[in-house]
Amino acid sequence: MKRDYLLFILFALLVYAVPTFFKGGYLLNVLVFMGINTMLAVALNLLLGFAGQISLGHASFFGLGAYCSGILTATYGFNPWLTMVIAAAGVGLLAFGLGFPILKLKGHYLAMATLGFGIIVYIVLNETVALTGGPSGLSGIPNLKIGTLLFDGDLKNYYLIWTFALVTMLLSINLAHSRIGRALRAIHDSEVASRVMGVNARLLKVQIFSLSAVISAVAGGLYAHTMSFISPASFGFNFSVELVTMVVIGGLGSIFGSFLGAALLTILPELLRVVQDYDIVVYGLLLIVMTMYMPKGLAGGVAACWRLLRSKKVKAVENAQG
Amino acid sequence: MLRVEGVTQIFGGLTALEDVSFRVGKGAITGVIGPNGAGKTTLFNIITGLYTQTGGKVFLEEADISGFPPERLAPRGLVRTFQNIEMFHQMTVLENVLVGLHSRSRSGILSCLLKLPRQLAEERRMREEAHTWLEFCGIADLGGVEAGALPFGKCRLVEIARAMAVNPRILLMDEPAAGLNSRETADLELLIRKIRDMGVTVVLVEHDMELVMDICDAIVVLNLGKKLAEGTPRQIQENPDVIKAYLGEG
Repeated sequence: MKRDYLLFILFALLVYAVPTFFKGGYLLNVLVFMGINTMLAVALNLLLGFAGQISLGHASFFGLGAYCSGILTATYGFNPWLTMVIAAAGVGLLAFGLGFPILKLKGHYLAMATLGFGIIVYIVLNETVALTGGPSGLSGIPNLKIGTLLFDGDLKNYYLIWTFALVTMLLSINLAHSRIGRALRAIHDSEVASRVMGVNARLLKVQIFSLSAVISAVAGGLYAHTMSFISPASFGFNFSVELVTMVVIGGLGSIFGSFLGAALLTILPELLRVVQDYDIVVYGLLLIVMTMYMPKGLAGGVAACWRLLRSKKVKAVENAQG
Repeated sequence: MLRVEGVTQIFGGLTALEDVSFRVGKGAITGVIGPNGAGKTTLFNIITGLYTQTGGKVFLEEADISGFPPERLAPRGLVRTFQNIEMFHQMTVLENVLVGLHSRSRSGILSCLLKLPRQLAEERRMREEAHTWLEFCGIADLGGVEAGALPFGKCRLVEIARAMAVNPRILLMDEPAAGLNSRETADLELLIRKIRDMGVTVVLVEHDMELVMDICDAIVVLNLGKKLAEGTPRQIQENPDVIKAYLGEG
């Protein structure tokens, strides 16, 4: 437990130190995306890694958050911070209402139901042209502002988004080490036994589903206000699957793992530009190899390497002494 | 303490339990026995809210708890263990026991997210209490071990520690001695007595007749979904119907 917080502090320092090395430009822009993806992966991990409930429609909560914030500011001139709160609350309520019927389902059936919801949202975003601008997107979304500080450049956005991402991570670590976090993992391992212990599994699953949706909606709002332009293509089925991949590759139930997964999947497409048209093949192969050799994800892999290094060091010391 | 009244369970066309009634005395150890397929586990599943019975009622200290889901029974002090051990295998032993304390702790999602001082104080209290239950079951040294890595016999003890953390008034144990060697069974017997001496009413389904006859104050015998007999271990051992059901007719 203490290790998690220590790691978090080091990580936060690192995050805030990074811009001293890259003052701007393309890489910083990629890191902004990485921050948003980290938020989304951590949010999905609460549901998938902790409670063990799949969602193949999480991009839709991200999209609803982005569009709610985008439309209210660009079309109706609301204050961006206010719209983010409205978007988070609205999406949270929607997820709460949706969660009761669909979280009764398990495994493949839950996957299908959330998939269906994601597709419905995607179609609605495309078809309600008058409201959303349809497939050609919605533009003119204002940047966030604190006093006279307007978040309009990559550097400012980097600090803004990573602050949100770090807060998300910290809160999730808190949750993981609490009775709620344990109850969620208990549901994951044996729902029957968790209920016998007095855990209201059904309600808790719905609550965590909503919390996860709220965080995704906030990430959506941040995305909209940073990009100033959004279109439905960013919130489709593909992105939902990518989010699940981030969580699984990173390590189920590991908050830092979610960051690693998000980081890898954000950077990988950029790195793979060198192999040009074959990028998707290499991408797929890498994911297959990683799931085969790191069943506990990147977080598990890093932990295993760390243990190996330490035991080698201990042995080296013993040899030197012996 | 616990009263089962005319409980009937029909699965499709199969009658698993038919009009079963009995009482469990407060502070006693009651055994439910019967040949395979007698309906013992079905009865347990009904009492503990995993199944909803086709007919009949269950009362806990005169309160009708028929059809209550398990998560509502835990706060009322009714807890069970499982025949096939339902461990939270990816969690440590201590965390398993901490889940047992869930219904007696209050911090909501928000205070857990924000780590409010009240939640921290509660967490500290919970950990202390969880340790006392590990000690109670003689597994204090295993707190940090991942539950999935434990041998079978230890899993039983973790399950009991976890159930005791719920602070039960009545504990139902489904075949607690199954898969245990004779030494582990002897330890289990001591532990069950210790639990009874704390004032917890114990009901157990068990196939180990030696254990049942040894520790039970009362026994209920089921056969083919019906209650065959009820009485003290001595009465049951001498009951001709029971002998016939177990050994067949001569």
